[in-house]
Parts: sequence; C-alpha cells; structure tokens
Amino acid sequence: MKLPKSISWAVLAGVMLTSQVTVAERRAFKVSEIAPGVFVHQGRIEPMSAGNLGDIANIGFIVGERCVAVIDTGGSPQVGVALRSAVEARTDNPVCYVINTHAHPDHVLGNIAFTDHDAAFIAHEDYAQALGARMQIYLDRFSALYGQSLSADVIVPPDRTVAATATLDLGDRVLKLTALPTGHTNTDLIVFDVQTATLWTGDTLFVRHIPVLDGSIKSWLAVMQRLRDIPARRAVPGHGPASVPWPQALNAQRGYLNTVAEGVREVIDRGGTIEEAIDTVGYQASNQWLLFDEYHRRNVTAAFVELEWE
Amino acid sequence: MKRYIASLALLSMVSTGLLAGVAHAAPTAENDVWASLKQMHFGDRPIARGAGVIGLEAPVRAEDAAIVPISIKDLLPADGKRRIDKLWLVIDNNPVPMSAIFDFTPLAGRADIATRVRVDAYTTMRAIARTDDGKLYMATRYVKASGGCSAPASKDPDAARANLGEMRLKTGEQTATLGEIRDVQLMLRHPNHTGLQMNQLTRLYVPAHFVRKIAIDYAGDSVLSVNTTFSLSEDPSLRFSFKPRAPGELSVRVVDNRQMRFAESLQIEPMTAQMTTP
Repeated sequence: MKLPKSISWAVLAGVMLTSQVTVAERRAFKVSEIAPGVFVHQGRIEPMSAGNLGDIANIGFIVGERCVAVIDTGGSPQVGVALRSAVEARTDNPVCYVINTHAHPDHVLGNIAFTDHDAAFIAHEDYAQALGARMQIYLDRFSALYGQSLSADVIVPPDRTVAATATLDLGDRVLKLTALPTGHTNTDLIVFDVQTATLWTGDTLFVRHIPVLDGSIKSWLAVMQRLRDIPARRAVPGHGPASVPWPQALNAQRGYLNTVAEGVREVIDRGGTIEEAIDTVGYQASNQWLLFDEYHRRNVTAAFVELEWE
Repeated sequence: MKRYIASLALLSMVSTGLLAGVAHAAPTAENDVWASLKQMHFGDRPIARGAGVIGLEAPVRAEDAAIVPISIKDLLPADGKRRIDKLWLVIDNNPVPMSAIFDFTPLAGRADIATRVRVDAYTTMRAIARTDDGKLYMATRYVKASGGCSAPASKDPDAARANLGEMRLKTGEQTATLGEIRDVQLMLRHPNHTGLQMNQLTRLYVPAHFVRKIAIDYAGDSVLSVNTTFSLSEDPSLRFSFKPRAPGELSVRVVDNRQMRFAESLQIEPMTAQMTTP
C-alpha cells in the first residue's frame, strides 16, 4: 500500500509545483503546542474554497518517545504537505500512525502526504465504505473549487480499522481510540491522549463553527452525553479554537442540536412540512454561530427526514 | 506499478474551465433536453403556461441535493368544472429526466403533490398538468443543486438496510368529514438507489434499487397512482390529498424494480361515527 519513496516525492513535488501555496504561505502554516507534545493547527472557520485550499479543519499530531501520531491531514494534499513539514520541524521521530477522525474531505484529503512513511492509517470500521461511496463527489467538488483535478488515488484506505476501541503506543505515550455510534457522521472516531488528558473529538464537537449534521441528530445528542464523562482536561474540536475547556465546550453545541431537534419535532407533530421547518426552526441561534447561513437549513433538512420517523 | 501509474494521475492537475462548462450545462443544451422530452411524451400538442392551473414550488438553491423538497399545487378553482387528471414531473438534467407521473381520479379531490427529489445538476424542473378536457399546462422552476443522483445513498447504510420496507401513513386525525379533502403523507423506508453510485475503493456500483410504482386506493377505488424513478429521494415521502365519500380503508401498495412489494393501510372513520363514541 505504501508508495516507494522516490515516487511519492515526485507526486508531492507535483502538488507543490502546481499548487497555489507559496513558500511564504507554507511558513505561515502554524501549529501550537496546546499541551506537552500535542500540536494543533487551527483551520480557518470558512467553507472549503480556492482561497483556503481546504485548510478549514483542526488537524495536528502527538509526539511520543518512539514515534508520532498524526490526527487528520486537512482538506487538500497541499495542507497535508504543510502538516508534514510542521511535524518534521518539531521532531525527528517518524510518523507511525495517521488517524482519520471521520470520512469528510476537509479532514482526509491530505493523507497522501504521509504515504511514504511507514505509517499505519487508522479509521473507524465504516470509514472505507463511507469514503469510497462519497469520494467521487468530493473529488468533483475539489475540482470545481480549486481548479485542480485530483486522482481518486488520494483516498488512502485504512490499514487498520476500529470497531470499538483501540490503544496505540507512541513510546511512553498511550493513545486511546474509541469508535462512536453515528453522530456527526457514521464514521466518528475520537482520540484520547492519556499523558495530557487531551481529547481529540474530531467533528463530534464544533465550537463557534455551526455544527454540521451528516449522521443522526438523535444519536449525536446521545453520544455527547457519553462524551461528557470522559475525564479530559481539554479538547481539540474538529472546528473552532485549537483547545477548549472540557466538558463545558459541549454546552453550546448541545443547545443548538436540542433547539433544532425540538423545533423540528414541533413542526412534525402539528403535521407541518419540511419546507415549513426549514423556514422557521432554529433561527434564534443564528448570531451564536459562524457559517450559520451556510449550514443551518441543511441541518434542519437532515433532522426533519430523520425525526419524522420517530 | 498500478499504484505508480495511478499516482502519476495526481500530477495531471488540469484547469477545470472545460469541466465547469460541462458540469453546468449551457441553457441551449438544457433546452435540447426538454425539446426531445417534449416530443417524446407530448408530441406536437401545445402546452400552455400554468398560471391559474398548476404551480410548482422548489427552493432556488437546494441545501442538500439529495433531498430537495418540492410541491406541485393544483390551482384550478374548486367549482369542479375541470380537474387535473394527470401530472408529469420533469427534472431536465437528471439522468432520467421524466421523474414521476401521477394519475388522479376524482377521489383525489385535488391534484396537490409534495415530495423530495434528487437533483443531479443545476436544472429546470417542470410540472406538466393535463386537465380532464385534454389540455396541457406547465409550471417551471430553476433549481441550483448538484450531485443528488450520484450522492451517497445514505448517511447510515446499516440503519437503511435494517429498516427497508417500513411504511407510514400520516394524516392529522383518523376521522374525516365525508366529502372534505384530506391531506395525507406517505413515507416509505427505501434506499431508492440510483445505480449511479460507485464506491471508489471497491470500484463497485451500488446496484439500482428504486420504487417503480405506488398505488393508493380508498375503499377499493383508486385515488392516485404514481410511476416513478430514483429521482425521488431516499426514503420517499409523498403528500397527497383525497376526498373520502364513505368510511373506508386507505391502502397503499408499492412495487420496486426488484419486484419487492410493500403495503400499508389506514382505516378512516367518518367524523359522525367518531363523535358518538364515548
């Protein structure tokens, strides 16, 4: 599955040469050490666009005595390359794991930048099915947005999948992985760094960026109830600040999802239509979230088609 | 080696100016689609503008191309002089543009339909109505959405498989004033797979599996029958109306392209009978 080193570098060189990321911009790719050995690059709170090249998700890495685990790789090969440079600037240890928190393009399209390491790619057990089914759409959108076409080869299938839990040892540093029931997506995987009690939530937690529903609103709320019990000191949300206090950071998202669910149920109970729900539910939250106009109506649509079956 | 060749494809980053042109078909191409469809289904018969007869509501920009809510409104006066007996729903730029055909009997009361569709590319949508004097009328809407037909089948395929065939009939109350028009929502758990969804990792297509026909009867007589395709969203939803003349059972029979059959029914009690119940 791994590329011979020379070929992979040829691929990456191609990415760099044709990319719109200048050397200066790559230098501007910042990572912050939010806890000892835990490095986070904070993505912009924006939709994917040519201007940001998919650099919209929080991604990063955790450094152990023996090796490094990368957690999500960004929304384009260029972001993956920038992350890889950031890893190499911080440690000489090799990357031994690349963990994808779920099968969304803004978190996984940088995977190709790590294929020449001896890293094992790790994801939820349903990740390959979900990403495989959606990849053509993601690649088409990538082309339309960035003016570049990407080979389907940028999908790196997982070498190892997690059905329930898994433990990774980076050398005197243990990561605990948990595959969650359907919430934000049906491929959500969270990572807990035992040494610093830091929880990487992936997109099961959005902060400031409006939550985006691509799974099940009912199950997501239940999952959040379970997440609350994790004894973390801080969390790295999938979108928002690089580090947020735990578990308080869950509150705003829970409030939003509850508002949407209750509003949609109210429309369903009185025999209202999906259009009515889309036009009326949840707008009281509009000034509390960034990108509300981009995702709220879609969230209500998804919630309605789920909850009308209750 | 295979991987090597595939990897080289990554290098071939091309300008998508051309691709963009293909993705968003020029208006002339779209008119060609309609011109040939019109010839195929309606020949040279004139189609008048829908004003006062038929209306079509759809979002200008769809939030989710796989779930685009639309409604077709019967705008004829309720004097019963003329009624709509047939409706065609056309989505010009979908893989199968003729998306649904509805046949109404007088029992329907009104040719109102609301459903959710997939939209594969920016497209004109059309509702064409035939009145019982044989005239044709059309309402159109332009919808900005794309990727609906090739979009992933489900947010949760495991749940979708487990629930296949579950059906609901929703009406405000199970009582009716005889002769008054009632609105009913039919919901069916069905993937309505298009057959156009390829898994890029397995290189396999999810086989087509979609609802072909829905027959809705009341007290043994047809209200509405629908011939349809995978343009309807996953878990098809259909809101329609009917006018009960006597107590009876509203029944729905569905058959899909694999000859799987699903049925559901709902007993409708007349209001007077309900009121005498303690």
